[in-house]
Amino acid sequence: MSNQYIAPFSNARDINLMQIKAAKASGRKVVGIYCAYCPQELILAAGAIPVSLCGTREEPIPAAEVLLPRNLCPLIKSSFGFAVTDTCPFFHFSDLVIGETTCDGKRKMFELMHELKPVHVMQLPHNNVSPAAFDLWADELRRLRLRLEEELNTRITDESLWQAMELVGQERKFIKAMFDLNQADPPLFTGLELLTVSWSRNFSSDKGGLIGQLQQLLENVREKPTGTPAPRVLLTGCPVGLGSEKVITVTEDLGAHIVAMENCSGYKTVDLQYDNTIDDPIIALAQMYLGIPCSCMSPNPQRLELIERMIADFKVDAVIDLTWQACHTYNIESYHVGKLVKEKGLPYLHLESDYSNSDKENIKVRVQAMLEMIEK
Amino acid sequence: MTGIGIDIGSIATKGVLIKDQSYYRVILPTGWNPRAAGHEAIAKLLALSGVERHGVESVVVTGYGRVAFDSADRIVTEIKCHARGVSHLYPEVRTIIDIGGQDSKVIQLGSSGQVVDFAMNDKCAAGTGRFLQVMATALGLEVSELGNVEDPNKLLAVSSMCTVFAESEIVGLLARGNPKEGIIAGLHQSVGKRVAAMARRMGVKPQVAFTGGVALNRGVKRALEEELECSVMVVESCQYTGALGAALLACQSGKQ
Repeated sequence: MSNQYIAPFSNARDINLMQIKAAKASGRKVVGIYCAYCPQELILAAGAIPVSLCGTREEPIPAAEVLLPRNLCPLIKSSFGFAVTDTCPFFHFSDLVIGETTCDGKRKMFELMHELKPVHVMQLPHNNVSPAAFDLWADELRRLRLRLEEELNTRITDESLWQAMELVGQERKFIKAMFDLNQADPPLFTGLELLTVSWSRNFSSDKGGLIGQLQQLLENVREKPTGTPAPRVLLTGCPVGLGSEKVITVTEDLGAHIVAMENCSGYKTVDLQYDNTIDDPIIALAQMYLGIPCSCMSPNPQRLELIERMIADFKVDAVIDLTWQACHTYNIESYHVGKLVKEKGLPYLHLESDYSNSDKENIKVRVQAMLEMIEK
Repeated sequence: MTGIGIDIGSIATKGVLIKDQSYYRVILPTGWNPRAAGHEAIAKLLALSGVERHGVESVVVTGYGRVAFDSADRIVTEIKCHARGVSHLYPEVRTIIDIGGQDSKVIQLGSSGQVVDFAMNDKCAAGTGRFLQVMATALGLEVSELGNVEDPNKLLAVSSMCTVFAESEIVGLLARGNPKEGIIAGLHQSVGKRVAAMARRMGVKPQVAFTGGVALNRGVKRALEEELECSVMVVESCQYTGALGAALLACQSGKQ
């Protein structure tokens, strides 16, 4: 398949780590982030490096469970476990960590994380339509701007912010272009390849370099031989990263293609665009980020609209909705997603799991049975 | 046309051989080696039917041991096999409740017997044959005796769904001198509630068929009927439904 084009991205995490280490030594600041809601444009405008923090692997979970309850989502436990064991190099290098109140578990976990690192928590509203919700979020962006200026001892000008917004917008455009290539039948990339690119880009220390790599990928991949026709599956639900990709590998080992992912590192954020006719970049940023169709918003019709659009664009045969254990918002929202998908006459599979491999066989039989429903 | 279907379950391995209009079936314990159990089932079916191995056009394997088995022509899930087996015997069935040794599932069928939706219990023994087996041991009974020993008129609610907690709960109930018959009725009700909740989440359409080893237990059938407020039909030879479906699929794929 297209492994040769994806290879630069599979090594990206390690290479970026060396670059971040070097940048730190030369006096640059690093800001760790966890969530798609974090406006990384502000960090870039402050001259610092925004980098995703580890939280997609099972290994540090037992260490997290010393302080956190077991009955908590694996993403929160993994994030905290990496931090408390100091096994995430990106966390280690971070001068400041930014968290968002996307759920109760994270909100309270960040209180504990304060003991390990300076943590700045952004308060998210619970809906994205009311004027008060918007004002709160815009204020939170202003508060983050001040905190970054203070913590990193710098000034964030409107001009540098607009520039950062342009840069991040470019990155999103290229990522979207890559994802959209999978509308072809058979698709150009496997689900694992999509994940490798979309996940590892979050560790990049150099946006310009990353955009160049993506451009290169888009040019090269045109020569790529196409795969074999197979059932086309859309993956939605909780965030997936390398280390917690078992649903993708199980599905693809059974011969189907994960043609697209509607989750945080996937398609959920690639459509974000700001209104450049607005005078205040903070207002433009606030509008854009509040448009993320996350299940922490209530109601969240935008996610259903996005899924519906993706089913059509990517010619989807079936939908898998993955909920990490104890993620109540995605778990409950699965009711709406299931209804939408079934009304279209497509098989819908809701899975509840964690980062362990203990239920791999259980997942396999469910996915296989779902794929059997596609066979006519 | 000769086809074999093997259903390698967690407790028992079932095999069905179809030769033209004749059906042969065997059942044996799976033991620790699902692959050996599958081969043994095939050998027994061949001996029983007098068919030679090369006379079998296709072998379809299903059940939890399906992946370990090495000489299948096709591997199919229990969900599809149960659907095929039940709709062959009873075309009017729209909902299948299957309770086996280590999982329970609900399958919704369309008008031509195809799978429309399904749900399976999570990684937990609650609402499965294993739950009843552990409880039978605690009560000093064989799991096959539970259905005949229960007395629904003396029903004592067992509130724990979890196998480990339910076991200590019934030890406590026994210690207080409660009758076995009532406790068993309560256990059946607990399984019924758990599985009925899963079925209702998907929607229960009549006719409802009950398959799997636990369908031999009339107490669980009674509990399911009470919880679902509709009649539940126990499928003939309920332990063999998955293997029958697999054998039917084997005959079908042989024709293609």
